[in-house]
Amino acid sequence: MTEDNHLDKEEKERLSRRKFIKNSGIAVGGLAVGGALGSVIPWKKETGNQGIEKGAKGEKNYNQALMNFTQAEFKVIDAATERIFPKDDKAPGASDLGVAFYIDHQLAGSYGFNARDYMEAPFFHGEEVQGYQGRMKRREIFKIGIRELQNYSHEKFDKGFTELEADQQDEILKDFAEDNVNLSTVSASGFFNLLRSVTLEGLYSDPLYGGNVDMDGWKMRNYPGNQMSYKDIIEKDFQEIEPTSLQDHM
Amino acid sequence: MAKKLPKVDVVIAGVGWAGGIIAAELTKKGLNVVGLERGEERNTEDYFMVHDELRYAIRGELFQDLSKETITFRSNEKMRALPMRQYGSFLLGSGLGGAGVHWNGQTFRFLPYDFEIRSQTIDRYGKDKIPADMTIQDWGITYDELEPYFDTFEKMAGISGEENPLGPKRSDKYPTGPMLQSPQMKLFKKAAEKLGYHPYTIPSANLSEAYENPDGISRAACEYCSFCERFGCEYGAKADPVVTVIPVAKKTGKFDLRTHSWVRRVLHKDGKATGVLYTDVTTGEEIEQPADMVVLTSYVFNNVKLLLNSDIGRPYDSATGKGSIGKNYAYQVEKGDATGYFKNKKFNNFAGAGALGMTLDDFNGDNFDHSDLNFIHGGYLAMGQTGARPIQNNPIPAGSPTWGKEFKENSLNYINQTLSVYGMGASMPYQHHYLDLDPIYKDTFGDPLIRMTYDFKEQDRELAKFTAKKSREILEEMGADHIDSMDELGPYNITTYQSTHNTGGVIMGADPDTSAVNNYLQMWDMENLFVVGASAFAHNSGYNPTGTVGALAYRAAEGMLKYSKDGGLLA
Ligand SMILES: Cc1cc2nc3c(=O)[nH]c(=O)nc-3n(C[C@H](O)[C@H](O)[C@H](O)COP(=O)(O)OP(=O)(O)OC[C@H]3O[C@@H](n4cnc5c(N)ncnc54)[C@H](O)[C@@H]3O)c2cc1C
Ligand code: SF4
Repeated sequence: MTEDNHLDKEEKERLSRRKFIKNSGIAVGGLAVGGALGSVIPWKKETGNQGIEKGAKGEKNYNQALMNFTQAEFKVIDAATERIFPKDDKAPGASDLGVAFYIDHQLAGSYGFNARDYMEAPFFHGEEVQGYQGRMKRREIFKIGIRELQNYSHEKFDKGFTELEADQQDEILKDFAEDNVNLSTVSASGFFNLLRSVTLEGLYSDPLYGGNVDMDGWKMRNYPGNQMSYKDIIEKDFQEIEPTSLQDHM
Repeated sequence: MAKKLPKVDVVIAGVGWAGGIIAAELTKKGLNVVGLERGEERNTEDYFMVHDELRYAIRGELFQDLSKETITFRSNEKMRALPMRQYGSFLLGSGLGGAGVHWNGQTFRFLPYDFEIRSQTIDRYGKDKIPADMTIQDWGITYDELEPYFDTFEKMAGISGEENPLGPKRSDKYPTGPMLQSPQMKLFKKAAEKLGYHPYTIPSANLSEAYENPDGISRAACEYCSFCERFGCEYGAKADPVVTVIPVAKKTGKFDLRTHSWVRRVLHKDGKATGVLYTDVTTGEEIEQPADMVVLTSYVFNNVKLLLNSDIGRPYDSATGKGSIGKNYAYQVEKGDATGYFKNKKFNNFAGAGALGMTLDDFNGDNFDHSDLNFIHGGYLAMGQTGARPIQNNPIPAGSPTWGKEFKENSLNYINQTLSVYGMGASMPYQHHYLDLDPIYKDTFGDPLIRMTYDFKEQDRELAKFTAKKSREILEEMGADHIDSMDELGPYNITTYQSTHNTGGVIMGADPDTSAVNNYLQMWDMENLFVVGASAFAHNSGYNPTGTVGALAYRAAEGMLKYSKDGGLLA
């Protein structure tokens, strides 16, 4: 996009070319969700304590509590996003960057309720080129998607998602991404794709939203955040610049 | 019963670029103008917290709220059209200034070839070059006739640019010099020159220097802040109606601007418009605003929607090709591009401005021979530097994983080591591509939505392949170590952003049988109704549209002033 960013388009194109989104949408319009969910395997008490205690530089971070997910749901999202963007010895992963909190907070607000989307009936199953045509809102898709991840983990490995080894979690996510799981509730790849896009948002949006803790997401890619001007460097070769956030504009 | 207000000289529906220009020009000449804008008022002060990619670029803070109004889409007439429920392919403006607030500011003039595309194509290649269902036609105006209005628009906006070596004749140079050149741009320029092409800096509405325009409006220079397209400019450096034409209209004391005013019908009697009916969206009250002249400047889709919902003009019939309202919807072929990965070079990709970049016209319009090509027209090739913000930009080589360890490594490595070159492909109209009213889906007031029937054709596929190939060649010359380029255009998909360059539906021309408005954008069928915007384009060129929208708006304003004195059809 000329006027927009070409790299962005490239990437999205690639995703759709590789058929990450097989169906037109994430959810099939008009489907009776209850029936399929009846078979959901009950939540198992998860072990471990991932994600909950990360605060900015060890201080207490009052932003890190839940407004949408249950604790169990949160743990699944924390674990899944960490596989999408895993920690390594060079840079933090999604969990350290607070991505699951970011997603929780987003789903509790207008984004989760699809407040600015056209959600009028009638709902019909559409073609891929027509985009999402489901009646479910994002927060509902997440609720169901998380359950389906759990179900599938139990089915495949006899354990909940958060109890699996990293490579097993990858296998589960890969099956979702490639639509190797047959779900009657939501589209597996659609849910995965949504999860992936909110993961990127959580890594790189302003820390104001709960992710990108301490701007570490920006730092790991030399992104200077929201500077007021680049006039002095626009003609120069690559520069490393300490990032600033919207907090600095207050 | 709607409340009826006192009559005014002119009522304008939609106050973006086109509406703002017309408001300024008419009020300067003493006409009383009411401007109705469905969205909210906007000011530069609103943008002090604007450097927020999530809020503005991803969630679309400044765009039209789709929960209230959208369009429906189908690829062809056999399909069921379904609503565009979320944003993708294009982003609609709303609120004072319209999309002119959050545009990039890449400001071009269409080519002489564009305005006479049918005659010139036939002259050079013969009739058979034009496929039977490709409905290109001449625009009823020439470049030379439109040139003075381009000049006026560029001076009002303060466009920063340098001479295009292949560009058409200009009466004057750009009012401000070109934007600064980044190392990336220099690299592109050098490579393009080496290949024998004619690169130049993209003409920009982000000011290269402080500027005072002929209306006495002063604006500051661009800071290359990189939060430009999809954002408002907190410096007022980006030309936007709110910081250029709207204050001029307000200063006359003749401009009555009403925001939160959603126009729903053009009222008419005995073949003349009598005013408009609108809803105050804060109270729900229906209000009638009578006027001597009515101007629609509500962007392509709503210009068509208002005419069809008001029973004005002859709706286009795709079976016969007769009628004009909704005819010749076209778009832009922007996917023919390539991305180069540089192993040993790093760039400040995070920095930029909406209209920063280099371009060339060697493969635009009919600047090159199409005898052996399976398409007509072309597009500019460019490398933009708009500021690669991190949520939207995570370039990775084609075929590599899109999540997990390897994705992370690649995306962190390549972000400042990739450059993209793309073509702004022109888009031709076809008999079965059009806009009409959707039979099922409605807007928040119960009015039918616009239905779009559109897909890419062989012409588009060939053109995109061509621009992708040329883009790749330039990146090779620039020294990229690895290049991914588009290989197949695929079907038109409404979910991925391409451009907000929608055109047609109320096209201009010399013949009332085949066009809706004359070359003053006056309705053939209703002389005191003018319909202004890219809706008047009979096809879309290989450029961004707004330079030409602006020129046509100045031309239309001149026509309105003439009409207010003498009446009658102007052409
Ligand atoms: C992200 C982005 C980047 C862009 N970059 C470029 C670029 O670099 N170069 C370029 O040439 N073009 C660019 N464009 C396109 C450019 O913004 C448009 O061509 C231009 O704004 C069109 O002006 P307009 O006045 O016709 O419509 P708009 O600016 O869209 O204004 C229409 C106005 O009408 C109002 N309206 C609509 N319906 C009603 C109604 N029923 N009642 C009352 N009011 C109504 C809307 O709210 C809006 O304010 C870009 C667009 C976008 C979205
Ligand atoms: S890049 Fe320039 S014109 Fe664009 S918003 Fe920033 S300062 Fe304004």
